Amino acid sequence: MKRKSKFVLIGLASLCVAIFLAGCSDMLILNPKGPIGDAERYVIYVAIALMLIVVIPVFVMAIWFPWKYRASNTKATYAPKWSYSVRIDLVIWLVPIAIVTALSILVWVETHRLNPYKPIDSGVKPIHIEAVSLDWKWLFIYPDQDIAVVNELVFPANVPLSFRITSDTVMTSFFIPQLGSQIYAMAGMQTRLHLMADEPGVYHGQNQQFSGRGFSQMHFKAIAVASVEFEAWVQKTKHSSDKLDMARYEEMGKPSVGYPVTYFSTVKPDLFDHIMRKYNSMEMKPHAMGGKSVSTHGKNGVSEDS
Amino acid sequence: MFGKLSLSAIPYESPITMGAVGGAMLLGVLILALITYFRKWPYLWKEWLTSLDPKRIGIMYIILALVMLLRGFSDAILMRSQQVLAVGASQGFLPPDHFNQIFGAHGSIMIVFMAMPFLAGLMNIVIPQQIGSRDVAFPFLNAVSLWLTVAGAILVMVSLGVGEFSKAGWSGYAPLTERQYSPGTGVDYWIWSFQIAGAASLMSGINFLVTILKMRAPGMKLMRMPMFVWTTLVTNVLMIFAFPVLTVALFLLTLDRYLGMHFFTNELGGNMMMYTNLFWIWGHPEVYIVILPAFGIFSEVVATFSGKRLFGYTSLVYATVAIMVLSFCVWLHHFFTMGASPNVNIVFGISTMMIAVPTGVKIFNWLFTMYRGRIRFTTPMYWTLAFISTFAIGGMTGVLLSVPPADYVLHNSLFLIAHFHNMLIPGTLFGFFAGYAYWFPKAIGFPLNEKWGKRAFWCWLIGFYLAFIPLYVLGFMGMPRRMQHFENPAWHPYLIIAAVGSAVIALGILFQMIQLLVSIRERHANRDLTGDPWDGRTLEWSTASPPAVYNFAEIPVVHDIDAFWDRKEKGVAYKQPERYHDIQMPMNTSKGLLIGVFTFLFGFAMVWSIWWLAILGALGMIFMVIARACDDDTEYVISTAEVAKIENERYRQLRT
Repeated sequence: MKRKSKFVLIGLASLCVAIFLAGCSDMLILNPKGPIGDAERYVIYVAIALMLIVVIPVFVMAIWFPWKYRASNTKATYAPKWSYSVRIDLVIWLVPIAIVTALSILVWVETHRLNPYKPIDSGVKPIHIEAVSLDWKWLFIYPDQDIAVVNELVFPANVPLSFRITSDTVMTSFFIPQLGSQIYAMAGMQTRLHLMADEPGVYHGQNQQFSGRGFSQMHFKAIAVASVEFEAWVQKTKHSSDKLDMARYEEMGKPSVGYPVTYFSTVKPDLFDHIMRKYNSMEMKPHAMGGKSVSTHGKNGVSEDS
Repeated sequence: MFGKLSLSAIPYESPITMGAVGGAMLLGVLILALITYFRKWPYLWKEWLTSLDPKRIGIMYIILALVMLLRGFSDAILMRSQQVLAVGASQGFLPPDHFNQIFGAHGSIMIVFMAMPFLAGLMNIVIPQQIGSRDVAFPFLNAVSLWLTVAGAILVMVSLGVGEFSKAGWSGYAPLTERQYSPGTGVDYWIWSFQIAGAASLMSGINFLVTILKMRAPGMKLMRMPMFVWTTLVTNVLMIFAFPVLTVALFLLTLDRYLGMHFFTNELGGNMMMYTNLFWIWGHPEVYIVILPAFGIFSEVVATFSGKRLFGYTSLVYATVAIMVLSFCVWLHHFFTMGASPNVNIVFGISTMMIAVPTGVKIFNWLFTMYRGRIRFTTPMYWTLAFISTFAIGGMTGVLLSVPPADYVLHNSLFLIAHFHNMLIPGTLFGFFAGYAYWFPKAIGFPLNEKWGKRAFWCWLIGFYLAFIPLYVLGFMGMPRRMQHFENPAWHPYLIIAAVGSAVIALGILFQMIQLLVSIRERHANRDLTGDPWDGRTLEWSTASPPAVYNFAEIPVVHDIDAFWDRKEKGVAYKQPERYHDIQMPMNTSKGLLIGVFTFLFGFAMVWSIWWLAILGALGMIFMVIARACDDDTEYVISTAEVAKIENERYRQLRT
């Protein structure tokens, strides 16, 4: 019977390998296109490597021990009373502790380094984008350019992106897998996120947090272009006849699925803060938690990148 | 008169739902007809429905768990099929409104109405016997727990045919579950079924904690308790601390929904993250509640079938207690992506990883129990061996998710789904299956068929890998969980493999049904006359199979962790006592069942806002509790002669 289980294990292992090799370029998380995603892939690899130190011996012992000490193998030592060894006990406590300690150092360093609120250190001035999650679409406001787009995010490659994110509906999660980190969008609160693309390309962006009926259609194209192309795109958008005033926003914000990509040439000033303020009609003290109040930018000891 | 309830609540337009409802009702009518035809109602009423015997209550719990496993698994099959079909232009066969109910029902049922009753059932059957006790501390409370769990489960099942279930997932995140975003009765079904089952779990937690602390046989010090008793004890502590948090969270949500309050709403000072925090303060310990007893089962099984003492007993006890403490310090890892400061995430990331240490220690303890043993490869041992290696993979992906920067890209993806199924299927479910096969002869009197058990095992194991390894890959491909439809064709092949895996698991479930039927058919040839079919080590194997209602005619005195093994070695295991005594046992009562009926009426009425019925249900519950409290005549005596008769018959069987 054990021989059969060995074959099954080997078969399953090779299946896993085949699955992994089949679609490497489709593994968006392991094929990042920006510094944040790149660093996160590195963290994943290091953590897995460290854990294999424990997991591989478990696999070996889980096959070897039952095989060697099967009841039919009467030649193997049988020690029914043996139930403790200080040396083994020390090893099985201390080795996992050592690995968890190493992992904790990794966590300490990398969680600070990859804090989504932390601006990306690059000589280039960042592009500010305000993302608003609606039922079931994304609105992206470019406050410096005074334009806005629904369901499409266009930005220059190799320029840091500085997001302010909120929701005008239930909680959602803003995520562009190939650029890295996702973060929740919550009504009445703002979260921050900093991303950057290393090269031009069309990336997939999506809501990662289930949000109701239109959830699976709530995705968008994140298009990274060269800086000159971005300027041209901004100019083109500025010529759109559609303007985002309050009435247009209310109309656009009604629950809908598959809302077409829409460009707005101007945006009501402070629309983002206005959306957040809707939910804070009673003036609230700044919260201890990530950016509840409108007036508290740059929390968590992270300097504002303005 | 009927609140919001009207005939339009029945989903006539959905053929799948109506088919399921029709099938379930047909099956129900068939069972009722058979009981009537064979005139089994008096037997059923006297021996089962009104019984306070924990062994009987345990069996009823496990029947409930297996029925709900079928329901939850049907939901899984529907989800896997939908994701195979709904790619690109095709929308599949489940519209979002239906699909969104299914994943919520799957999660709710599997955790609260499959894993929890299975666990409660095993505790009921095994714990009193393992600690050398005749009963639990509060036999009536025990029956109330059972019938409340059943009431909650029926409420979930009713939502299939009357109205709808929650479309907001099993975790019910606010503000999606607020009236504004979920106006229907689905969320209310979810709230009230969780509330009722939660109360039941809290009561069984208290019951078994007291039972274990106060009713152990003389000589059974804490450090002589079998490992399953230890893990159950820790689970009970977790239940007592965790479930009230769920109750409060759901109660606040109820106030929001029914009375327009603003605890978790977007506006007027509500804070949805408060709900998320409260939910996971229950939710994370909850996964340890269902997994720790399984660890206990693996410990019993591995020692028995290695013919050897459990390695590092003390180490295992401390590891279990360490998990108990740590499990309350990690809940925030379910939402690293809410934008908390790095230091907050680091604290919870590291505390999560720390749990890997005691868990790893346990794995090594089981491995070294096998070392220098004489291993018999029975079905329970198969489940255990599969668990050890498969669980190591799940542990690894779990620690990976506890690293915040890794979680930032893997959170809410299918990687997460693969991870927790990788913990809960090989961990909890394989453990419960091992316990089911291991203690079946004890509870019922004859063993399960090994051949079909092993066939079922291979289907489950292979099906598990086929169904969930592709989900890990899909997580790396960025596929979010809970998608009713998707456009990325690269995901499609993996979803097909996963669906094939779920079909293989379905075959495993079919084999388990065949196993049960075959075992029943062959019961006369295989009857367990010794009470000790596996050459066991702990006290439950010293009783008859199935045990007499009082378990032990004479309470054993314990000198060792493996108390029964110790007695066998000393040659006193089968020595008949010279004289017997009267034994006092609790009488049957129908009040537990009636409390369940009133609770169901109350829950159903609250869902549909039928206020007069809600008041009636609540008054009925209160009245039953008062009536029970006024009942002075709750115990009966089994006379010395009666005991001697039962025991003489047992020893006569032993000698043959």
